[in-house]
Amino acid sequence: MSLKMEEHRDDLASKTGMWLFLFTEMLLFGGLFVVYSVYRYINADAFHLAAQELSVPVGTINTIILLISSATIAMSVTAIRKNNKKLSLLLLGFTILLGLVFLGNKYFEWGHHIKENIYPGSPVLASRGQGDVLFYGLYYFMTGLHALHIIIGLVFIGFIARLIIKDRIVSDNYVLLENSGLYWHLVDLIWIFLFPLFYLIT
Amino acid sequence: MEHEKDHIIPYRTFLYVLAGLIVLTLISVTVTKIHLGTLTVFIALLIAAVKSTFVLRIFMHLKFENRMFTIMVIAVILLIGVVIFITLLDYLYR
Repeated sequence: MSLKMEEHRDDLASKTGMWLFLFTEMLLFGGLFVVYSVYRYINADAFHLAAQELSVPVGTINTIILLISSATIAMSVTAIRKNNKKLSLLLLGFTILLGLVFLGNKYFEWGHHIKENIYPGSPVLASRGQGDVLFYGLYYFMTGLHALHIIIGLVFIGFIARLIIKDRIVSDNYVLLENSGLYWHLVDLIWIFLFPLFYLIT
Repeated sequence: MEHEKDHIIPYRTFLYVLAGLIVLTLISVTVTKIHLGTLTVFIALLIAAVKSTFVLRIFMHLKFENRMFTIMVIAVILLIGVVIFITLLDYLYR
């Protein structure tokens, strides 16, 4: 027991490392936003029309789902610090559930477009012109990359929940839970910009 | 440092912020339905910026963290902004 107390730990460094990683993620999506700005500037009318085909209600619901899931994982940190393991796990479970619902909505959304023959490389899409090809190319790539981040985030959170169950994350050692929260919030942050740029620019 | 460590954000803070974020989302959806031309994009991005400030400061804890984190985040956002600005200048006035 006394050995465990002397275990070396540097929470600030751990968090700094997480933030540095998040900066690379911000620059990755930042680069895509640069591409988006330029293509949108060149093909303003096509982007305007193509964006109208995306479902605003589905996008809005998914935005709210991600916002709620961000709040629940943030509250999970409060719960663990107040020594409420059960509530912390419950909130993490809820976060994972919301993440899965988000992915489900995305699945139906993509499925709907693909059924209408709108997907990268589709001849129907190609016949609609350069602007539409670029818009949907960016739409699939950016929301797809974002969905990949959701999947990684869900695995990350699941791993953290396991550590809480095993009492490896406790009220005075919770930096890993905070770091998984930071990752999840970043995914939320990116969606906050993807949503208006793809769904609301009509 | 010790003082910061003691600070536990209450549950209700997150719920208030969440309510604010949802209201802002609904406002941005409503505003874009009114046709304001280029102003629409500007307003939508402005609201997105306000929302991300809330997420960064409260959810991501920057308000209660070492100032170093805030400065670094601002630097990265500025970097992305400058790159977008310069790239667009090139396309606008080429």
